[in-house]
Amino acid sequence: MRASVSWIAEHVDLPPGLTPRELGEALVRVGLEVERVESAADGISGPLVVGRVLSFVDEPQKNGKVIRWCSVDVGEDEPRGIVCGAHNFAAGELIVAVLPGATLPGGFAISARKTYGHVSDGMICSARELGIGEDHAGILVLEADSAKPGDDALDVLGLRDAVLDIAVTPDRGYCLSVRGLAREAGAALDVAFHDFTMALPAADQGAYPVTVADPIGCDQFSARAVTGLDPTAPTPPSIAARLHAAGMRSISLPVDVTNYVMLETGQPLHAFDRARLNGAIDVRRASAGEKLTTLDGVIRVLDPDDLVVTDESGPIALAGVMGGASTEISGETTDIVLEAAHWHPAAISRAVRRHKLPSEAAKRFERGVDPRIAGVALQRCVDLLVEHGGASAAPGYTVIGDGPAPVTISLPANRAAELAGLPIDATTVRARLEQVGCVVTTSTADESTADESPADGTTADGLTVDGSTGNGAAPETTEPGGLFTVTPPTWRPDLTDPADLVEEVVRLVGYDQIPSILPSAPAGNGWTPRQRLRRSASRSLAEAGYAEVINYPFLSPAVHDAFGLPADDERRRAIRLANPISEAEPEMRTSLLPGLLANLVRNVGRGSRDLAIFEMGLVYLPAETTTPPPPRIGVEHRPSDAELAAIERTVPRQPRHVATATAGEFERAGWWGQGRLSGWADAVEAARTIARAARVELDVRKGDIPPWHPGRCAELLLDGAVVGVAGELHPRVIAALDLPPRTSAMELNFDAFSPPPPAQAPTLSNFPPVLLDLALVVPEEVPAADVLAAVRTGAGQLLESVRLFDVYSDPARLGSGLRSLAFALKFRAMDRTLTLDEATAARDAAVAEAAARFGATLRA
Amino acid sequence: MSGANDPYDPKQVAALSPDALAAGVAAARRAFDQASNLDDLHGAQSAHLGDRSPLALANREIAALPPAAKADAGKRINAARSEVRQMYAERLALLQTERDARVLVEESVDVTLPWDRRLEAARHPLTTTQELVGDVFTAMGWEVAEGPEIEAEWFNFDALNIGVDHPARSLMDTFFVQGPDGSADSGLVLRTHTSPVQARVMLARTPPIYIVCPGKVFRTDELDATHSPVFHQLEGLVVDKGITMAHLKGTLDHMAEAFFGPGIITRLRPSYFPFTEPSAEPDLLCFVCRGESVGNPDRPCRTCGSEGWIEWGGCGMVNPRVLRACGIDPEVYSGFAFGMGIERTMMFRNNAADMRDIVEGDVRFTAAFGMEA
Ligand SMILES: [Zn+2]
Repeated sequence: MRASVSWIAEHVDLPPGLTPRELGEALVRVGLEVERVESAADGISGPLVVGRVLSFVDEPQKNGKVIRWCSVDVGEDEPRGIVCGAHNFAAGELIVAVLPGATLPGGFAISARKTYGHVSDGMICSARELGIGEDHAGILVLEADSAKPGDDALDVLGLRDAVLDIAVTPDRGYCLSVRGLAREAGAALDVAFHDFTMALPAADQGAYPVTVADPIGCDQFSARAVTGLDPTAPTPPSIAARLHAAGMRSISLPVDVTNYVMLETGQPLHAFDRARLNGAIDVRRASAGEKLTTLDGVIRVLDPDDLVVTDESGPIALAGVMGGASTEISGETTDIVLEAAHWHPAAISRAVRRHKLPSEAAKRFERGVDPRIAGVALQRCVDLLVEHGGASAAPGYTVIGDGPAPVTISLPANRAAELAGLPIDATTVRARLEQVGCVVTTSTADESTADESPADGTTADGLTVDGSTGNGAAPETTEPGGLFTVTPPTWRPDLTDPADLVEEVVRLVGYDQIPSILPSAPAGNGWTPRQRLRRSASRSLAEAGYAEVINYPFLSPAVHDAFGLPADDERRRAIRLANPISEAEPEMRTSLLPGLLANLVRNVGRGSRDLAIFEMGLVYLPAETTTPPPPRIGVEHRPSDAELAAIERTVPRQPRHVATATAGEFERAGWWGQGRLSGWADAVEAARTIARAARVELDVRKGDIPPWHPGRCAELLLDGAVVGVAGELHPRVIAALDLPPRTSAMELNFDAFSPPPPAQAPTLSNFPPVLLDLALVVPEEVPAADVLAAVRTGAGQLLESVRLFDVYSDPARLGSGLRSLAFALKFRAMDRTLTLDEATAARDAAVAEAAARFGATLRA
Repeated sequence: MSGANDPYDPKQVAALSPDALAAGVAAARRAFDQASNLDDLHGAQSAHLGDRSPLALANREIAALPPAAKADAGKRINAARSEVRQMYAERLALLQTERDARVLVEESVDVTLPWDRRLEAARHPLTTTQELVGDVFTAMGWEVAEGPEIEAEWFNFDALNIGVDHPARSLMDTFFVQGPDGSADSGLVLRTHTSPVQARVMLARTPPIYIVCPGKVFRTDELDATHSPVFHQLEGLVVDKGITMAHLKGTLDHMAEAFFGPGIITRLRPSYFPFTEPSAEPDLLCFVCRGESVGNPDRPCRTCGSEGWIEWGGCGMVNPRVLRACGIDPEVYSGFAFGMGIERTMMFRNNAADMRDIVEGDVRFTAAFGMEA
């Protein structure tokens, strides 16, 4: 909502000398978000004056144009000669002239310049050149006698008027009006607010025949009429300037007047061309398939939930949202029916969403309009059309329906103090509530049991809570146990609960009065074990040299083709968004790899070469079977466990994964020698790094899973179940995604890991060890992990540790299809110094075990 | 070698004369002194202290002496040999010291050479900032609660007093999950805030509740310097007996100081959120100018636009309707909630200028943060 300070000041006694900025700050204190304080004059500097055209000569030019060579009195001793291209003025009329040395909005500097054979000593301005309107067809002509030549045009046009730009929260519909802003300013500054006080005619249903078939959707429909409007009457500059300041275009007098009054009163209005109405107006829900062409020229197919205004021809307006084209005000309209209705906010909200048609009117109806302001708004419209359009007020005032019934709220007198943590006595509570327009009466606690707060059907809040537990007692109030019965004003439909009233009181007392007290929580357990595991795993990867990334979880299904996933691969079954940011990425990731690999490519593109990155985050897995949306469950009380379970069933599984990707050197080359390229082994080791954080050991076995290289792919198992895959990527995938050669990657289901139990301390033997090496020749296809396991089993209890330290294959010396695996074994006994014979016997047992399992032989 | 019964040979016995011994000692001294390194000294040691050295040979002659002369000659020769050993030990120590000093010089290296073999550890500042949030609050006994990112609309909206037709529902710029029929009516959304976690915790537990919920949230904003369709929030919730707005203010002040340093406090401005009533927006005292730029054109502050305060999120007392929907009796308990953007907080705290740097995953950006933001 943008509104001129002068407009606000018409309704509130602003303190003398208050600057627009100070007004803005006062409004911020009571909860309005003032985003900017600006003025139309901000872009204008230098002489901008009122001038009177004394005479002019029309001079045809070679290019076919006719320019006017004008003599203009700008209040100086001599008139100035100014060239003007427009013709919409007569001699003797007042115009706005900008003189050499001035600058107009957009940095347009004015100087005396030679044009069309004359030296133009300034320029006559259009509304658009002044930045106060769109009209560029002609120059701005001021009303006769509204000023005299030489007057500062900024003052005359009200351009020095500051404009407040205010973001209005959804609860403050009444602040989408000058009336509401003025009331807030009054409360913020403790100065008097002046509401409209004009006399209204008695309702006689005589303005136009109206029926309301849907009194739920429309609990009040009011109408007035005017006749004999001069369709050519222009909008006065004062109204146009305020509309422009409010961010609205000037269109025609009737439309401008309805917009002007909407801004002023908060009541959206609609003007029908009476000549184009067919019979009585009715208000009802649309029939399925009914059509309406709205003012924007779009043919809209209506929904049975849409509220419409109709005449005998069918729908003529989408109620509260936008009028129809068939009864639109035109350049010939002379007789007008004005509508000011009160629509059901939710119905309007739904229509806006359904037709994707936000409008200024709907914005106000959605947030709640004062049902008692319609008469005032209609009267203002009629008066302005009479004053500026030469119209006559037609007799009659139609009012159908009473509007919503007032609500009453029971408010314990000390509730505000209790919630604010601030001593606020009952007198202050009453005074502040009255300041926002509430009617406050005192009732006793006994009476309150019969009291209801009808807005939501919940019972009124009863006696106050004993505040002596928890974080200490609230400050005393003067009337503990006292109870107010509060009737909020009609313009505050947002006030329905005691808490709403508390906010009104506390914001006017001032949030800055609230003390700062740290609450004392009961002793907690800190991060959960699972959260700690996540942190240590993530730290471990980082310390191993990986940089963390956090990618968007949006997925392009095309990447799965690049991955070479089969058609029935689980990873292709993804959750789809109805309104994705990009049509290319409409799905939610089922794996971290697509994002991680794209990230790798981006980093390479930016000049990084040696890369190791990781991500830890959720993937989103649709349910096995399609789940219907959960039933709508109310919020008046806690849902049943069955209802909650029904909701929970629709929420997809979202396990946390961790993934790595590497390219380039994992250990860099340098003055120390060669670097080491990253590869499949780093990917597997990254998985082991995660497992170590969880203090478990992963089993590794050869796999063949796209997008990995079929010969360099490891399945990672935990307790026999596959929990991840690691290895080098398939060369085709690397080529398709433009990845660096030998890009390697790992992905694990992190949720498969549990927080480790307390570590078990080892028992250390201080007897000397016996160190023996062992080289076994085995068939190449036997995995090293299996040989290692056999060695461990065979060597038995005396084996303290074993490490594979060399792999060697040489068909000439070992025979083809064989390789040698060399292990360093360390034997030690707990209770004695081990003899070489004992250790050798254990080693021989290890060899025997490997021989039995794989035909292993001791390397000669 | 001469035996005890060998005939006495005066010529050989001359080797035991004092002069001869003195000459042997002098020869050894010369040899040791001339040895300029340990190898030479080793050779000299063999020549003058070894089995074939003059003194060793002289020593053997003692056996040939008459018993009366043996003691005297033995004393002389022992003194001479002892002197030579002493000389050798001294020379050896000297040469070893010199050698050690020389080796240390020879082994010296350029200690300024880099050792950047490994890639740098780098955790994402959004992760570490969220951990910092958790650290600050768990230190006060709070817990860190989390929930799903694809969320039921009921938790994301309804339970939080954002009914189907509430204007705030359409203001949230929500991503909707497509239903099986292709419509947006799946009942699921990408959560627009972490507040559904609060609802889940309230439904699952009885007060007292002291939780903070950091996490990923989604809004249909295009990526630019200050917006991202995917961002992170931290929200806090307290439900207990006797909780007031003063406790909310105290908590925000504590967090502001923990993040931005001593003296950086907050102020509350009235605002509106469906799930809180009364509601407020917390502003952070500008941690750059500490408010001193206000009305001071000579010292403008770019961080706060010389306003002195910076918008930091939303907060308020939990709406009794929300408590009721979550099974908590608002006549017994009250609570507060607050929420702010992690990115925004991080941009302030770490002086990051552009949202795109935070979300694009350029390792050069992340590397600057190391293990803690
Ligand atoms: Zn500042």
